[in-house]
Amino acid sequence: MTESNLTLNFGPQHPAAHGVLRLIMELDGEVVTNLDPHIGLLHRGTEKLAEIKPFNHSIGYMDRMDYVSMMCCEHPYVLAIESLLEIEPPKRAQYIRVMFDEITRIMNHLLWLGCHGLDIGAMALFLYCFREREDLYDAYEAVSGARMHATYYRPGGVYRDLPSEMPKYKANKFISEKKVKKLNYNREGSLLDFIEDFTNRFPSLVDEYETLLTDNRIWKQRTVDIGVVTPERAMQLGFTGPMLRGSGIEWDLRRNQSYEVYDELEFLVPVGVNGDCYDRYLVRIEEMRQSNLIIQQCINWLRENSGPVMIEDHKYRAPKRDSMKHDMESLIYHFKHFTEGYSVPEGNTYKAIEHPKGEFGVFLLSDGANKPYRLKVRAPSFAHLAAIDEMSKGHMLADVVSIIGTLDIVFGEIDR
Amino acid sequence: MDSEEYSKSLEEKFHQYKIGVSINRSNPEIEVNHEHLIELAKKLKKDESYEILMDVIAVDFLTYGDVDWKTNDATNTGYSRAVKPTIIPEIDETFVERFAVFYQLLSVSNNRRLTLKVFASESNPPSVPSLVDIWSSADWFEREAFDLMGIHFDGHPDLRRILTDYGFIGHPFRKDFPTNGNLEVVYDEEKEEVVYQPVSISTRPTVPRVIRDRND
Repeated sequence: MTESNLTLNFGPQHPAAHGVLRLIMELDGEVVTNLDPHIGLLHRGTEKLAEIKPFNHSIGYMDRMDYVSMMCCEHPYVLAIESLLEIEPPKRAQYIRVMFDEITRIMNHLLWLGCHGLDIGAMALFLYCFREREDLYDAYEAVSGARMHATYYRPGGVYRDLPSEMPKYKANKFISEKKVKKLNYNREGSLLDFIEDFTNRFPSLVDEYETLLTDNRIWKQRTVDIGVVTPERAMQLGFTGPMLRGSGIEWDLRRNQSYEVYDELEFLVPVGVNGDCYDRYLVRIEEMRQSNLIIQQCINWLRENSGPVMIEDHKYRAPKRDSMKHDMESLIYHFKHFTEGYSVPEGNTYKAIEHPKGEFGVFLLSDGANKPYRLKVRAPSFAHLAAIDEMSKGHMLADVVSIIGTLDIVFGEIDR
Repeated sequence: MDSEEYSKSLEEKFHQYKIGVSINRSNPEIEVNHEHLIELAKKLKKDESYEILMDVIAVDFLTYGDVDWKTNDATNTGYSRAVKPTIIPEIDETFVERFAVFYQLLSVSNNRRLTLKVFASESNPPSVPSLVDIWSSADWFEREAFDLMGIHFDGHPDLRRILTDYGFIGHPFRKDFPTNGNLEVVYDEEKEEVVYQPVSISTRPTVPRVIRDRND
């Protein structure tokens, strides 16, 4: 009797699948011989929906692309519109954007670290990571009013300036005054004070995660030499971000094709050596530390320099409500802005940023109308997931879970 | 070398492929006929070291420049004209150069970006040669473009649908495909199963599509 291969269905409802991933796996014993991912279970047709809406209406849709790093998805979209309109936001807005991009990077990597750990057996880590994410969500909420889907960036700047005070906890019959005082200790000042307090605490917290994992025997057994990708293959497969750097290629859009104010900031670009899951883990841990340093530099700049956070041109932004009340032109612009939006000159553009997961790009083609003619999002996870077959071949079934974790996939952006 | 000189050098180097080079926001954009695409792509990868294919973007030019609202005079029909259900454009069989494919290339070693633009052949279905053999990342990008836009990539080893439902009919990102789709999924209580039926919703534009010059 000959033994035949086993075909196994993994997902789409599986806790280790990070969303709605369905894998058709062919196994020889416990060794994976072939792997066919079925995606699209979260396909919403965002790019088509954007075609029937004015440009500004789709900013909120971009948050829902990669729903664990929201503002980073808005960023290339507004950059693409700005590039077609040939406008540039004020410097303060650029610093705010960079600061929130880096806050988002930490949020994304914390979620990745927690879930990746949980997938391969490090339960406690998940709770610690989510404890820190909570503070960053509060920063999101303070600046935009929403904890997740911020819709904060606008073509020409950001929606509003940083708030001068933080929302505070209030005492009630379940929480005593004494406890509330303790909870509010870092909320007495402005949002910048709140974020600064976080950046002061964060490096020691990363040290804590590392004591749990970096030299942990089980962690190393599950990640070292798993899913190795050579630098040549990494480029061939369209890898970007930590996946490419983990394979030893020093490429970071923040440094190599600098946008906003990254060229004025100091940070290091960590690079891996072996291109396995462990190296990619180290790269992402170091990225969190570097992001923390960038946030601190942004806080210092933002404290010392005030100014507008949005361009003044009323063609692309709504006038202040106050001026609308006694200035006829403002009223006209206000009406135009909300009934029709702005028309974008004919042409196409591709704008990309260093998203926490890799290169997140937006291709925008306009025929001169107030709605995009074609919008295409280049999602980093899409290219990474395409390589899962190649990365998993010859590995054990349990290693597929490590590989899914290291890819850092989110279905919001893969399926779009 | 600035972008202008670089574009000129590209034009000279690859003139045998009858390319048109333009500069789009400081990056070169090369338009090439689909017959020469593979040779040019191979050269770009080997000689110009464009190691990464970042994205494959398919565009349907069927309704390019169409608007819901084309008037400079006052009108007594007003806004209601724009909220009529959107009419699905009829396919003009003589429409040439309807589908285009844009390739975004990145050179890590030279720190450059380049766009390749190819119009699909006017056959039915429209087709473009596949670049999977040159860049592996083209695999899923081309599958996506096939699924959503219905462009065939000749030579692709595994051209299946990728994002749409199992058994889906049509190519949803084409301009003649309605935004609200054709079929919806509901639970039929009598049959006690999930069934497909024609959609009960229609698209209603809240903001009419207009084209305005900068000075309007």
